[in-house]
Amino acid sequence: MKTYYDPEDLKKFGNISDFQPELGKKFFEYYGNVFADGALTKREKSLIALAVSHALQCPYCIDAYTQDAMERGYDEEQMMEAVHVAGAIRGGATMVHGVQMMNKYKELSM
Amino acid sequence: MAVLTHKSLAAQDHELSESDKQLKLLHEAGLTPFQDKLTDTGLFPLKPMNLDIFQINMGKMCNQVCKHCHVDAGPDRKEIMTRETMLECLEAIDKSGCTTVDLTGGAPEMNPDFRWFVEQLSSKGKHIIVRCNLTIIVANKKYNDLPEFYKKHNIEVVSSLPYFSSTKTDAQRGDGVFEQSIRALQMLNAVGYGEEGSGLILNLVYNPSGAFLPPDQSELAGTFHAKLKDRYDVVFNDLFAITNIPISRYLQYLVASGNYNGYMEKLVNAYNPMAAENVMCRSTLSISWDGYIYDCDFNQMLDLKVATKGQHLRDFNAQDLLERSIIVNQHCYGCTAGAGSSCGGTTT
Repeated sequence: MKTYYDPEDLKKFGNISDFQPELGKKFFEYYGNVFADGALTKREKSLIALAVSHALQCPYCIDAYTQDAMERGYDEEQMMEAVHVAGAIRGGATMVHGVQMMNKYKELSM
Repeated sequence: MAVLTHKSLAAQDHELSESDKQLKLLHEAGLTPFQDKLTDTGLFPLKPMNLDIFQINMGKMCNQVCKHCHVDAGPDRKEIMTRETMLECLEAIDKSGCTTVDLTGGAPEMNPDFRWFVEQLSSKGKHIIVRCNLTIIVANKKYNDLPEFYKKHNIEVVSSLPYFSSTKTDAQRGDGVFEQSIRALQMLNAVGYGEEGSGLILNLVYNPSGAFLPPDQSELAGTFHAKLKDRYDVVFNDLFAITNIPISRYLQYLVASGNYNGYMEKLVNAYNPMAAENVMCRSTLSISWDGYIYDCDFNQMLDLKVATKGQHLRDFNAQDLLERSIIVNQHCYGCTAGAGSSCGGTTT
């Protein structure tokens, strides 16, 4: 079945450099540096990446960072709490715009 | 006794209980031959460094039927080492000059001559390791004094505990195993095992409950120490993080769950030359219940005997074994992935 997303494409991520080698190289260097140990550990970054993957609803990232989080010793409860953080921020981002709606409502009302 | 939820592959007449079928499957994945990777690393043919550890599989009988078991052990397995073979082991141990004897199974304690054999080894002054599945200690009254017995012979106890919660542990090792394991750990602690300054070593083994590689060993050890102490007042020494090797029941799990190709690719991509340098087969010999000699417990389960003229204990020749080339195959990627894996945890 042909679909827009193919799990096998995740392995081809590196191929994006084929069409623009210089920027591709810079991107992957940057990517590698971002996920290296720094002020935050690789392990902490992995869980952030898992949450962001859900906020962005990227199926490749969800597959990749679910496995990564498991290999960094997170359990299902911790991982789901991270997804809830993404969910709360997404929900919050919607709801906080309610204030804008209220402002506009009030502006347009007598 | 742990609830028996599954039969061994052998009892099911499952095709993956046969070593040639497993090897065929490992080759069908079409991945870079392990031998080529070793050649690139300058390690082929792989040679031993010494014969320091004698790992003896005392039988395939076990009170548990773990989903990932590379031995395909279980209560339905009747292969068990006789005292005659143990005597041959003792002779070979003398010839080998090894310092450590590592007893495994199955549940080695279920061998009727287990205690006798330990006493013989103890009198030789060898460092003895017993790979105890923990639940055996509480499985039957006759095993309840095992902690005292281990203590008497200053045995290093190495026990599997995949996680500090019942969900993951029971999913891999059987219903009720976690609760029984905690009880057994508390019994070991009660005689001094794992207690600082006691000299009685209790190490735990973590292996992933699924198709993924183990986390960083030291980070995980910190979490295990904190959680087991906090929740169950259990203490231990080190934690060994071990990679699941794609053979036997774990291989069957990978195939049945659709994870086989992904896991194999992961192992190959995670090949670490430094881990290859330190693989345990370079310092270990593995002996089967019937006295044959192998490079490691995994080769034993795949019926890949050592590449020497004499392959049985009765023909044991330390010099030949030191000069042999170690048999490698596609499953060896399990020991060289990431931080490396051995019966003593990571190797880098």
